[in-house]
Amino acid sequence: MITLQVSRYRPGQDAEPVFQDYEVPLRSDWAVLDGLAHIKDHLDGTLSFRWSCRMGICGSCGMTVNGEPRLTCGTFLTDYGEGPIRVEPLRGFPVIRDLVVDIDDVLAKLAHVKPWLIREGEELPLTAEYTQTPAQLEAYKQYSMCINCMLCYSACPVYALEPDFLGPAAIALAQRYNLDSRDQGDRFDLLATDEGVWGCTFVGECTSACPKHVDPAEAIQRYKLTAALTSVRNLLPWGRS
Amino acid sequence: MRARRTPEPYLWLLFSGGGVVAALLLPVLVLIFGVLAPLGVIEPPPAARVRALLDPLLVRLALAAVVGLCLFHAAHRIRFTVEEMTRGGRLDVVLAPLCYGAALTGTVIAVLVLF
Ligand code: SF4
Ligand code: FES
Repeated sequence: MITLQVSRYRPGQDAEPVFQDYEVPLRSDWAVLDGLAHIKDHLDGTLSFRWSCRMGICGSCGMTVNGEPRLTCGTFLTDYGEGPIRVEPLRGFPVIRDLVVDIDDVLAKLAHVKPWLIREGEELPLTAEYTQTPAQLEAYKQYSMCINCMLCYSACPVYALEPDFLGPAAIALAQRYNLDSRDQGDRFDLLATDEGVWGCTFVGECTSACPKHVDPAEAIQRYKLTAALTSVRNLLPWGRS
Repeated sequence: MRARRTPEPYLWLLFSGGGVVAALLLPVLVLIFGVLAPLGVIEPPPAARVRALLDPLLVRLALAAVVGLCLFHAAHRIRFTVEEMTRGGRLDVVLAPLCYGAALTGTVIAVLVLF
């Protein structure tokens, strides 16, 4: 058996989050999420948490495990020796109940960067194909692997201090489209702001936290270069677009 | 959309330029003039030769640029490290001018020494 110290917050009942200990079987094939499911099914049906796929695809099971932002379906009980294991809601977000946090802010930020293929001029018929070479796919593929788990936001010290900061996944998402050969959009006004890439101080915690190797820190640094060069070009009298 | 008149792109260019310069040139310079020469591993170049080396305008300009960029790199890093450690973005109004001011002063001193 291993002890899970689970953060509980029941609005109307708890003034602030409190820890509750549960003993769950220590099985080598159990992730922290399996432990939580065991609690919910057998020990305490009132525990609330989010999950869906149980295989690192849906991005809904992010929590703070022993102080670190983790996907609980991919974090195994046996990684923590004798325990205890502390399970808390994702830091940096308002808690709704127990381990469930309010993610509306990040969802709005993801939508804000125009995450779709922007085309200019005449549209080809819907049946038309836009072919890409393997190299053109490779240019943005890494950034398309994001599962919106928000671990990067939870890890980011800038987001914690500056809630307006657009943040790692949203900027990586913008780059996913910026670097797509089919996209003709211009996201400079959205990204090259103090709340956009210039808010990032290159701490790099987002990249360490990311379970899908998206490397949002790299996405941000690359856009900083693009944005800085564009800004310099805009300063030149003959460079204004 | 919010206004995007911000000095950050230019400060960042100085920062990243400084990062490249610092990573490529500084270790070599420090190794030769700060470690190997004082320790006598290599013959310290006589002052006259160093002066001769510094004679071309281009060399002095390049050296001033190296010093300046490295200082701006450091200023940028210190600015944000301090702000994150003190959790004080509000410090920025004081801290940013202080850091970049120090870098600018250092650059001016380097230019004065070199020219
Ligand atoms: S970039 Fe990585 S950590 Fe951030 S939301 Fe996407 S998958 Fe999660
Ligand atoms: S449950 Fe889907 S990512 Fe963990």
